[in-house]
Amino acid sequence: MRVAIDILVQGLLLGGLYALFALGQSLMFGVMRLTNTAQGDFIVLAAFGAIAALAALGPLIPAPQLAVVAAGLLLLPAAFGVGYALQRGVLNGTLGNDPLPSLVVTFGLSIVIQNALLELFSADPRSIETGGLSTASVTLPGEVAVGLLPLAIFVLAVVATGGLQWLFGSTALGRSFRAVSDDREIAELMGLDAKKVYALATAIAFVLIAAAGLLQGMRTTVSPADGPVLLLFAFEAVIIGGMGSFWGTLAGALLLGVTQQIGFRLDPGWGIWFGHLVFLVVLVLRPQGLFPKTR
Amino acid sequence: MPHAAAKTMPMDLPGGPRARASASIRVTRGTRGSAPALAVGLMLVVAAATLPWWAPAGEASSWMRGFVEIACYFVFALMWNLLAGYGGMVSIGQQAYFGLGGYAMLVLANDLGVNPFLAVPLGAVVAAVISVPVSFVAFRLAGGYFAIGTWVIAEVFRLGVANVSAVGGGSGTSLTALRGIEKATRETATYGLALACTVVAIAGVYLFLRSKRGLALLAIRDNEAAAESQGIDVRGMKLAVYVVAALGAGLAGALYFLGNLRISPDAAFSVNWTAFAIFMVVIGGIGRIEGPIVGALVFWALNKFLSDYGTWYLLGLGLLAILTTLFFRQGLWGWAQQRWGWSLFPTQRRLEP
Amino acid sequence: MTLLGTHGLTARYGDAQALFGIDFRLEPGEVVAIIGANGAGKSTFMKALTGLVPAPREQVTFEEEPIGGLPPAEIVRRGIALVPEGRRLFPSLSVEENLRMGATAKRAGPWHLERVYGLFPILREKRAQPSTALSGGQQQMVAIGRALMGNPKVLLCDELSLGLAPVVIHEIYAAVPALCAEGMTIVVVEQDVALAQRVSQRVYCFQEGRVALEGESAALTREQISQAYFGV
Repeated sequence: MRVAIDILVQGLLLGGLYALFALGQSLMFGVMRLTNTAQGDFIVLAAFGAIAALAALGPLIPAPQLAVVAAGLLLLPAAFGVGYALQRGVLNGTLGNDPLPSLVVTFGLSIVIQNALLELFSADPRSIETGGLSTASVTLPGEVAVGLLPLAIFVLAVVATGGLQWLFGSTALGRSFRAVSDDREIAELMGLDAKKVYALATAIAFVLIAAAGLLQGMRTTVSPADGPVLLLFAFEAVIIGGMGSFWGTLAGALLLGVTQQIGFRLDPGWGIWFGHLVFLVVLVLRPQGLFPKTR
Repeated sequence: MPHAAAKTMPMDLPGGPRARASASIRVTRGTRGSAPALAVGLMLVVAAATLPWWAPAGEASSWMRGFVEIACYFVFALMWNLLAGYGGMVSIGQQAYFGLGGYAMLVLANDLGVNPFLAVPLGAVVAAVISVPVSFVAFRLAGGYFAIGTWVIAEVFRLGVANVSAVGGGSGTSLTALRGIEKATRETATYGLALACTVVAIAGVYLFLRSKRGLALLAIRDNEAAAESQGIDVRGMKLAVYVVAALGAGLAGALYFLGNLRISPDAAFSVNWTAFAIFMVVIGGIGRIEGPIVGALVFWALNKFLSDYGTWYLLGLGLLAILTTLFFRQGLWGWAQQRWGWSLFPTQRRLEP
Repeated sequence: MTLLGTHGLTARYGDAQALFGIDFRLEPGEVVAIIGANGAGKSTFMKALTGLVPAPREQVTFEEEPIGGLPPAEIVRRGIALVPEGRRLFPSLSVEENLRMGATAKRAGPWHLERVYGLFPILREKRAQPSTALSGGQQQMVAIGRALMGNPKVLLCDELSLGLAPVVIHEIYAAVPALCAEGMTIVVVEQDVALAQRVSQRVYCFQEGRVALEGESAALTREQISQAYFGV
């Protein structure tokens, strides 16, 4: 029983991280039907960006925890800008009925990022020095010990999900997102600048990506080729949870995390495969996902 | 220069007060360039087939090996083009069938004693058969999510095969069935098979697209709902294209590992295969038969001169694919086709009074 | 000053040419109707006026300024609002959110949320419901309200009566005189010829992308209209 609870808790915490991987993808697809196949690679890029920032900041800020926070404060706004510029300058040109251009361009970006990182950083796995933050643990009621970092990630994932849901449901920007994804032509007829709205969506998605990358680098090692695996996790979370709902994406991510943990316990080589299997089962039995939002 | 291969079908318009003056319309397919191109193509095939005899000593072997490799890339790209450009299904998971074809060939040759050269087309058939149940899963998705979903499926196969120790698990295994054969003979036979596969693949795709089924496919690609209302079995056509593409991908994979003699899950199911196919097709122009040919040539040239640069080479490929998609939406060949009206593999029918 | 005008307007719809040189003028405060068979080019005309279909710059003028081919958002900012054919409400938005979207261009004027609810009281009741939950007539009210929220100088209405029962059509068109009394200039595209004549001061009849007839609504005879409508 203890083992079961342990698996559940570890799985949920892992799922929290997967939710951060997946929310940005869900957002971009929801607003502009764009599938970002470079999602995972951008997460890895953000992690390496943090590593580079820390290398520069390290001498200035001796305490690793503070340095990490400082790196984050630099990284997140930068990510916002990068996402905005990328959408405005490159991706807006790929939107339309044909899914191929956006797929090819994001796929091309994936290859470019992976190889650029390989050139700059070599293939060795790196991680972010956290000064003990990554190993600190906390004891929850019921004598369950959990890592402080995974718990923080989980909380952040829930907050981010709630935040996105609130943004979409209760703000003018969220209304613009929904309108432009419903009917771009009529939205423009209302006076909306679709190009700008799309760019803002990607900018927000990239802030989430940057946070995910930073946390991933703190939690474990990252290497330039990790991108595709992270993309698959993000994608599976979105499909399992059901498209059209951020809470659905969170639920899907949590379920994926738990499934993988069960697999890992059975056999270390099976964790990820188990996740793939559950994804396929959901796809066959309930293709709309577990918590889809019907339009 | 006379029009080549014009198929004339006099069509009488219904009579009555509204009938126009000329009562027949010809439907033609050939273009000015297609006849000479056909001749050149045949000459190239003959030249290629006789290569072992006229190639300079010492070069023949590496040329043949190079051709086999390019042939595999090309057939895979041709099939990816069929699936995406004509079938409207963009997949990042075709490497699943490439790998399955390779492994099937290996198992047939090593463990079941089948002649390795026969095992190549048989391996392709195995891949095609597996694609049918897979389609039940994959077709649940559409568009961009179909693309990534097929990637997940390919990953499932990769991880699954890596856990099967009978074929060497994660580190792979070797093709032992060719051990007894002399190297020169083996290389020449592989080369011949590769050439045959290439010609059959091109001819097969071309004839298919010229046929009524090909027209139906184009109709589905342009407007699925309209095609369905015309009585076209959309689901059936899509399945047919998917299976044919799997067959072709399996053929490319079986052939590749026949030449390579060694297989491993990471090499067989690598997403790079699809990346290269996408690159070739996008550069050349999607949805056109000449596209993959032009793309394969460009890819081969880049490969030959730049692949030593490793990461920079791949980076350059990625950038090239991005820029071509953004600014030459039709690919290089497509751009030429629009600009100068070229078409070497004409499948379009034109009405001529 | 002619408020809105087109001069030899040509436009394509997809691959085919839909408009072959339309001359049109709209004076402030008028209600003008456009009638014609399906495929005559009425909707393409509306789309050309609002920037949804490209047109040469000089061929469309608004307050004497050329606006042909400008982006829709720009045209809305200047004061032309469209109630699109088929309503085209945003399914993911509630009734009130749909109305608020109309105010995106932030033009100054008398129209705001409360005023729209005053014009169509049933919408106040249904303000929080998803727009798809409303009846056809109510959705049409939302579409009109949404356009009004943009405080336009010209209101273009594309087939308001489409798919609606006669009683509902009557209710919708009852709002038109109230709008005119405030000085709104309106163009109405209609399939129902009698309705179009009743509601407007002048009528244009389109036929295969050309103006076949133009005149005072009250003065045109049925024979004239049939001739222009069907091109017989």
